[in-house]
Amino acid sequence: MNSIPSKAVLVDLYRRMTLIKQNDERFRATIKAGKLVAPYYSPRGQEVIPSAVSVNLRDTDYVCTIYRGIHDMLAKGVPMRQLWAEIAGKVTGTCKGKGGPMHITHPASGVMVTTGIVGSSMPIANGLALAAQIRGEDRVAVAYFGDGASNIGAFHESLNMAAVWKLPVVFVCQNNRYGEHTKYEASTAAKRISDRAAGYQMPGVTVDGNDPLPMYAAAREAVERARGGGGPTLIEAMTFRFHGHVFGDMDGYMGKGEKDAWIAKDPVPAFRAWLVQQGHAAEAGLAALEAEIETGIDEAVEFALSSAVPDVAELRRDIFAEELTA
Amino acid sequence: MSAAASATKPMNTIQSVNRALDDAMALDPNVILLGEDIGDEEEGGVVGVTRGLSSKYGKSRVRTTPISEQAIIGAAIGAAIVGMRPVAEIMLMNFTTVAMDMIVNHAAKLRFMSGGQTHVPITIRTMTGAGFGTGGQHADYLEAWFAHTPGIKVVAPSCPADAYGLMLSCIFDDDPCLFIENMPTYWNPGPAPVAGQRIPLGKAHVLRAGTDVTVVSYSRTIADCAAVAEKLAKEGIQVELIDLRTVAPYDAATVLESVARTRRAVIVHEAVKPFGVGAEISARINEELFGQLAARVERVGAHFSPVPFSKVLETEFVPTQARIEAAIRNTLR
Repeated sequence: MNSIPSKAVLVDLYRRMTLIKQNDERFRATIKAGKLVAPYYSPRGQEVIPSAVSVNLRDTDYVCTIYRGIHDMLAKGVPMRQLWAEIAGKVTGTCKGKGGPMHITHPASGVMVTTGIVGSSMPIANGLALAAQIRGEDRVAVAYFGDGASNIGAFHESLNMAAVWKLPVVFVCQNNRYGEHTKYEASTAAKRISDRAAGYQMPGVTVDGNDPLPMYAAAREAVERARGGGGPTLIEAMTFRFHGHVFGDMDGYMGKGEKDAWIAKDPVPAFRAWLVQQGHAAEAGLAALEAEIETGIDEAVEFALSSAVPDVAELRRDIFAEELTA
Repeated sequence: MSAAASATKPMNTIQSVNRALDDAMALDPNVILLGEDIGDEEEGGVVGVTRGLSSKYGKSRVRTTPISEQAIIGAAIGAAIVGMRPVAEIMLMNFTTVAMDMIVNHAAKLRFMSGGQTHVPITIRTMTGAGFGTGGQHADYLEAWFAHTPGIKVVAPSCPADAYGLMLSCIFDDDPCLFIENMPTYWNPGPAPVAGQRIPLGKAHVLRAGTDVTVVSYSRTIADCAAVAEKLAKEGIQVELIDLRTVAPYDAATVLESVARTRRAVIVHEAVKPFGVGAEISARINEELFGQLAARVERVGAHFSPVPFSKVLETEFVPTQARIEAAIRNTLR
């Protein structure tokens, strides 16, 4: 184990994890209550990964993520009000309600693309990194994707190109053991996805994506390598999704007890207990942090639900730079 | 601008596109080139369109890529959304099929899906066209697929000078553009372009004014239409020939104004006829000018088959001058 990060970083990590957990809980509750209608891919259980990556990133670094990406967005700093409003399809959303949950974009926080196509975060992350490389900037691009995406052609094309050009990219595979409903072993020949990095002469590492400290260390090493001109890294972060593929998924394809075993090891309360136990944070401080997030969510939900819907004229805008004539 | 570009000696399309890329790169450091074999170590492209550019601007800005079409377009998209103006070459139009997700789901849609926060000013250069005996996977005209996709412009020049001016406009346009170069006519010389002069996108060019029938075309078939128009003029039939230049969004105003006068229209393209660009334009003419037409709208396209190999089949596959002439005469009966 590498040296433990500073107290401030540990609490920041926990703050981001909690931000994800609490937002996810509210999203599911709000959808269940019928107040929000949207396709929802819960990231609950995968909070550690983008939190540990993002505490190693700068605001100016880039992220490309996927339809299961609320955690990646929140960890990178997408404001809750605009995120909620976008998922509610409101004009005050990040994308004026025109993208929805699968296409959240917020350049100010570095979230450049969210794709609904498995594997498509990677080729575009390369381009963000390429721009930084050509311009001599020390920005880093992160591509998030799932284990299923490592079986699509874009994965191979992207990792090869990134390695040939030594692009400042970090490929973060969130291996939650299922590609939609299909088990990892039924779809993937490689024992570990990180083994595939060798085929691209790229460092590859498998890490416990639900354990904040090793996840932090792996992310830090990869981000520093990219920023320092050392090229790309493939991180395979082992994790599990607590609520299936999409909201309403009954998990009939999972082994009995499999999900419960992961939920029993829920990384968010476990890290909280560790922080207090080790004296990195006080119970009262964490409780205050959680309450503050909850207040923020209250405001975000209120803002989203009370915001205006887009004007139908939006159907003619943003097709091209110039608005289409009716 | 380079002295050679303002010279008056004829130029072919390989040279004019090369000149446009050169002038754009000189003008703006955000212009970069990506594609297979495009660097000088690889002979500057399979037909030499990018020759000399990697030596002049360096291998950082002129990047020979792996044979990875998704990665090429993805890299172009990523660089474009942070302000670069990449020109990505997909060697042959049929190879765009490998990158359709990147082109259709991402390049074309990111502006809309992000609510206008990002946009994708990429130019995708690609070549195609029957005539070289390359068979069913190297010569298709697939422009209708892209024209059917909201968010991407489709440009198809018919001569070297247009290729130059339209290429400059594509590179500096803020939306993704698919730029179609006809391979068999790459080496045909034409008047040289004026250095730095852009040709606006979405504007058609009336190549020949006429009063009897409007012929609408683009890309390689313009030359055939012009030859037929010349022949018919000797019989006193005055064809108005419109080169769309931009297939999508096309200049409907110019087309409709012309057809309103001639009351007859023929649309000609090398792509197969069913569900093609001609079908859309014909439908639009019917919507706007129904009742004013003196004849039904005619369409001339390739036969509905894959591009064939055998020369006799390949020659008959494309719209021949005989078929174009017959279609025009049909409107005049």
